[in-house]
Amino acid sequence: MSKKGDWVLLQNIILKPDQRAPQVPEDTKQVPLIQWVKGWLTQDAQMGQEASATTRTGRVIKGTLVEEAPAYHHSFGQFIPELLQVQESIKAAMWGEEEQA
Amino acid sequence: MSDVSYQAVMGRKNQIMKAAVGLDYAQFEREGIAFDYESMMASSNLNIGDVMDVMASFNVGNTPLAELKNITALARRYAKSGFGARIMVKDEACNPSGSFKARRAALSVHIAKKLGYKGVITATSGNYGAAVASCCAKAGLKCIVVQECFDSGGKGQPEIIEKARKCEALGAEVIQLSVGPELFYVFLRLLEQTGYFNASLYTPFAIQGVESLGYEIALQCRAQFGKDPDMVVATNAGGGNLTGTARGLLQAGCKAPVVAASVDLKGLHMASDTQFNRKSFTTGHTGFGMPFTTWPDRSDVPRSAARPLRYMQRYVTVTQGEVFYTTEMLAVLEGMERGPAGNTSLTAAFSLAQELPEDAILVVQETEYTGAGKHQNAQLAFARENGIEIKIGDPRVQTPGQTIVLPKDPKQIKAVEVDINRLRRSFINNAFVKDVRLPDEATLAYLAAEINLPVEGTRALIENMLEESK
Repeated sequence: MSKKGDWVLLQNIILKPDQRAPQVPEDTKQVPLIQWVKGWLTQDAQMGQEASATTRTGRVIKGTLVEEAPAYHHSFGQFIPELLQVQESIKAAMWGEEEQA
Repeated sequence: MSDVSYQAVMGRKNQIMKAAVGLDYAQFEREGIAFDYESMMASSNLNIGDVMDVMASFNVGNTPLAELKNITALARRYAKSGFGARIMVKDEACNPSGSFKARRAALSVHIAKKLGYKGVITATSGNYGAAVASCCAKAGLKCIVVQECFDSGGKGQPEIIEKARKCEALGAEVIQLSVGPELFYVFLRLLEQTGYFNASLYTPFAIQGVESLGYEIALQCRAQFGKDPDMVVATNAGGGNLTGTARGLLQAGCKAPVVAASVDLKGLHMASDTQFNRKSFTTGHTGFGMPFTTWPDRSDVPRSAARPLRYMQRYVTVTQGEVFYTTEMLAVLEGMERGPAGNTSLTAAFSLAQELPEDAILVVQETEYTGAGKHQNAQLAFARENGIEIKIGDPRVQTPGQTIVLPKDPKQIKAVEVDINRLRRSFINNAFVKDVRLPDEATLAYLAAEINLPVEGTRALIENMLEESK
């Protein structure tokens, strides 16, 4: 149970597949247009259930509660050995092989 | 309450936009297909001095013009004797929000505040969101940023997720959507619901803000090198960066040729749910660059102020692998860690510099911030997770969405020329909605300005198109 005032992420279907714009490609027409917005719950709500929240600009939005205390998880990603190799080759092209430790 | 169905909202587009940008575009329309571009650009009643004052009030601009001496020396090794221009970079990452987009946002937010709007909305997955959020924070206005961010499975592009974070860090509300052009519908509904200002990327205000960039480049070159630049390279997507920069150079009386550069993403559909996460650049690529150059009025306002074909002398493309490589070059040879998308023009410049004599000044007009998600390592890791092959080899042998090839050697970096006459023909086709005719003199003069050819050349081009279609 999420409490009134909790910071949450709500999800909404804006357009169902059969409501998509005529110009969208075939693969996109097979899926809905989905929206995600963050806000403070206006009342207690269950995960996966309809809920309502107030956004940072003061708008009241409705949607399915999909995340509590939404966080950022993006990073620099896995090690890419090719980038290290590229860096060394650029330095070698500029300064010469023998100067590289 | 008004009808909020897709069709009904799209049908109210012009009236919603008129209320949201405080500008009646009908006043600029002329007979037939023509409109008065320069009157539209003058509609803010601000001169370049006023624009510079607005920039200063947001702490935007006056970024360093840095000489890239090592990269220049390296480029000269692959040029014929006496060739290899001095490469300068305008370090736009130094702006408060980390990119040149701060200039575009500053003037828009200034106008929004002056006109009495309570808040500002912008539809962008790019650096512009953070730029608007930053300026709104300073101006005390509310801010909503609408982004296309995820595929329908909820998998997000790391670079766009980072931009969402930055917008939120600057106090904005972010609305994230799955792939599709109907983002525009959501955007229109929000404008109607909130009554906020539309900080479109394509209003005259937005482009006039970028004029400060070209203007600064001309003044800095004169102060630092005692002469005008010999070439300016601008990354091209929606066209505003190039248009504003070129107009700013002209305002300073500088006639340096401006070259457009885009990342080649041929073959990838921009509105495809399944291809969305197969591209490693979210902007600065041909998927925006080509359609917006050949028909600018596909933007969110009735007439786009970004009209790059009016100003570009040449248009070149580079590959994703070449840009990632050049981003590493900037890091390990110049000690500047910057975001990859902003280095599209630098990549082209490495190749273009080799065509110019050693005493020439070549200006790369932007850099952008980098960080988690918005870094070549993050982009390549994401690409690899999505099954894209990454290797070192010949950067020409690649298929966007399937392979990314990092060059083996700096000499492999080559800017590939786009046939600009093909773009001109495409523009004319689009202007006439495919029904090309030989127009009257006024329309001919309008088209000549749009495609940057003399009137006679434009007439010959259209006659040639009509002849071929027979």
